[in-house]
Amino acid sequence: MTEEIIIAGFGGQGVLSMGKILAYSGIMQDKEVSWMPSYGPVSDERVCSPILNAFDTAVILNQQSLDKFEDKVKPGGYLLYDPNGITHKPTRKDIHIYSIEGAQLASDMGNSKVFNMIILGAFLKLRPIIDNKNVEEGLRHSLPERAHKLIPLNMQAVQVGMDNVKAEN
Amino acid sequence: MAEITLQDIIQPENLVYEKSKLLTEKPFHYCPGCGHGTVHRIIAEVLEELGVDDRTIGVSPVGCAVMAYDYFDVDFVEAAHGRAPACATGIKRVWPDKVVFSYQGDGDLAAIGTCETIHTCNRGENITMIFVNNGIYGMTGGQMAPTTLVGMKTATTPYGRMPQWPDGTPNNGFPLQITQLLAQLPGTRYVTRQAVFSPAAVRNAKKAIKKAFQNQIENKNGVNFVEIVSNCNSNWKMSAVDANKWLQDNMLPVYPLGDLKDNFELIKK
Amino acid sequence: MGELKLMKGNEALAEAAIRCGADAYFGYPITPQSEVIEYLSEQNPYERTGMVVLQAESELAAINMVYAAGAAGKHVMTSSSSPGVCLKQEGLAYIAGAEVPCVFADVVRGGPGLGTIQPSQADYFQNTKGGGNGDYRNIVLAPASVQEMADFVPLGFDLAFKYRMAVCILSDGAIGQMMEKVVLPEQKARLTEEEIKAKYPWALTGRKRGTQHRVITSLDLDSARMEEHNRALQRKYDEVTKNEVRYEMIDCDDADYVFVAYGSSARIAQKSVQLGRAEGLKVGLLRPITLWPYPTKAIQSLIDKGVKGFLSVELSCGQMIEDVLLACNGRAKAEHFGRVGGIIHTPEEVLEAMKKQIIGE
Repeated sequence: MTEEIIIAGFGGQGVLSMGKILAYSGIMQDKEVSWMPSYGPVSDERVCSPILNAFDTAVILNQQSLDKFEDKVKPGGYLLYDPNGITHKPTRKDIHIYSIEGAQLASDMGNSKVFNMIILGAFLKLRPIIDNKNVEEGLRHSLPERAHKLIPLNMQAVQVGMDNVKAEN
Repeated sequence: MAEITLQDIIQPENLVYEKSKLLTEKPFHYCPGCGHGTVHRIIAEVLEELGVDDRTIGVSPVGCAVMAYDYFDVDFVEAAHGRAPACATGIKRVWPDKVVFSYQGDGDLAAIGTCETIHTCNRGENITMIFVNNGIYGMTGGQMAPTTLVGMKTATTPYGRMPQWPDGTPNNGFPLQITQLLAQLPGTRYVTRQAVFSPAAVRNAKKAIKKAFQNQIENKNGVNFVEIVSNCNSNWKMSAVDANKWLQDNMLPVYPLGDLKDNFELIKK
Repeated sequence: MGELKLMKGNEALAEAAIRCGADAYFGYPITPQSEVIEYLSEQNPYERTGMVVLQAESELAAINMVYAAGAAGKHVMTSSSSPGVCLKQEGLAYIAGAEVPCVFADVVRGGPGLGTIQPSQADYFQNTKGGGNGDYRNIVLAPASVQEMADFVPLGFDLAFKYRMAVCILSDGAIGQMMEKVVLPEQKARLTEEEIKAKYPWALTGRKRGTQHRVITSLDLDSARMEEHNRALQRKYDEVTKNEVRYEMIDCDDADYVFVAYGSSARIAQKSVQLGRAEGLKVGLLRPITLWPYPTKAIQSLIDKGVKGFLSVELSCGQMIEDVLLACNGRAKAEHFGRVGGIIHTPEEVLEAMKKQIIGE
């Protein structure tokens, strides 16, 4: 099974590090991964094209990305977005659409930096391709030693994301 | 009294001079009267005296000295035009205990290879650089070099090098004082300008070259740079004797002899 | 079993160089391969293994440092991207003429000239057909994954020293920047002075007293000797062609039509094969791993087995297609498809091109 995912948003939202953590977690789960800035599939077999035109799942964090990638989700695929800053919502009927109030929940947790982990949690709730313990392992490998004390907070954020994802259609 | 034969003279006790063992039997291709042969000889003598021939690696340039590797009985690599300092850097960095020297002319070191020359000196590579400056391109047939004197006629300045047109418009540019420039860099340990037109000059040049190698052997850093102001009687279109006279009258006022820097200290004049 | 890591292609190349016992890296920054020298500088391999890392003043200086340090018997490499590789061609011609072993990577970006920093495969000609002056070849390895970026460094050094010639790792911005899982080999020790002297008697290490001094040069003004030198080089290249062709075939056993693609294009074409097979098309993929020597015989064997046509898929306006056409020699149809300018073709458009240009619907 191959899961082709795009995570798209603004710089500073932690999009790149979220992709990297997901890729590391995939390795921990003994999967093959390819991660390209903006594009990245995770697979059980050798990943063919790391450059994608259609996605199983799109994780959308701003309006521009929604406009650009809504059409690129495969029929029957998933679109997860944060409504913060979204003025016109996704409209497709042939895909599963979910939302997560990532920015709001991060601010409720008192640390805006866990935003990307909340989004990751929401994604993993919809697409349980990687176990939580491997996400934790992935964090351990992608964070420098000095940041390891923040792993419990990050895992808490993953849980918050899992608990708060909402179906929109 | 018996006639003295040649055989009677060729005896060890009569030996007053011999060719360095580090020069091969191959006859020089250099023009008679050219300074390159003398510079080769004193480098070979110095390497022999220092006893480092089994760990010396030379780098030859593109130009008249391109086949220097045929004349020295030490390991040699032949560099692309101007890149000898980069080659010497490459070798010294991977073999810090070897004795590494580059040998270049003025076109190679101060025109096409200026970038490599400056940066190698600026990094302070622990090597010895020999620079033979005769103010002209010899191998290609006497064209203008960066060190060609103002007014000097060459194949590409047939009316004499003219840095600017009378109205100030740039033309051939000025003689490049590369050695002075290199002396300013913090990476050069020893910078000196010598010549080989007379026995006294040769003795001084040999002392300087010996020091330039000794410094390399004894220290860990700093370029040891020896310029030799030399002649090119063929392309200057003079006899060897006239060329050496012309050198003293015309080259030395622009490129005066002596040390410019020693032990990282500029020498005030 | 080595160590498992998630790395960029450029980082994997750099780490593999340290681990395979390379003695030195001389480089100059250029996008999209600056991570190589950045990673090496950060890792401080001089502490880890004694490997020298030096940021040269230019690509020209870097390749000439490689030339001389390689002539001195050391395992030396450099890397650059397309316009920088142009500058390195001077040194590469000397390296070929003087028969010096070395490894260099070209993480290709779009051209001509400054072009773009986006991925491209338009340096195929530059690296497989020469680039510098004279009759010479470099072995060209084309990695299609981050794993191969790591694997081809030790392989490259083995080939470089076996044949005393330059080996090019021809990558591109996509493979260089992509992060994938990679298994890294154990640390190998660098060769000692005694080992170098014993293994490489030609290397400049300072001549032993009483023995002939060694000269590494590309120059010989004697025409007869120079002709023989060139003939000897060609015999060596024939030997490489006989022994070192590498390629991979995917779904070619029953294929009627075959994509020919290397590097990142091979990854895309592999997906096109899956899409085509799902539609019932008998398509396969031939992935050359050595671009020189080229897997000419592999193409000919596919024609013998009944393949009717080939689509050469490249991020260029058509360069490798010339080698595919030479291999086909009129016996099968072959055309080129590729996007350029930093645009990367999609698996769907690659399959569409196969249908339109080769299968002919």
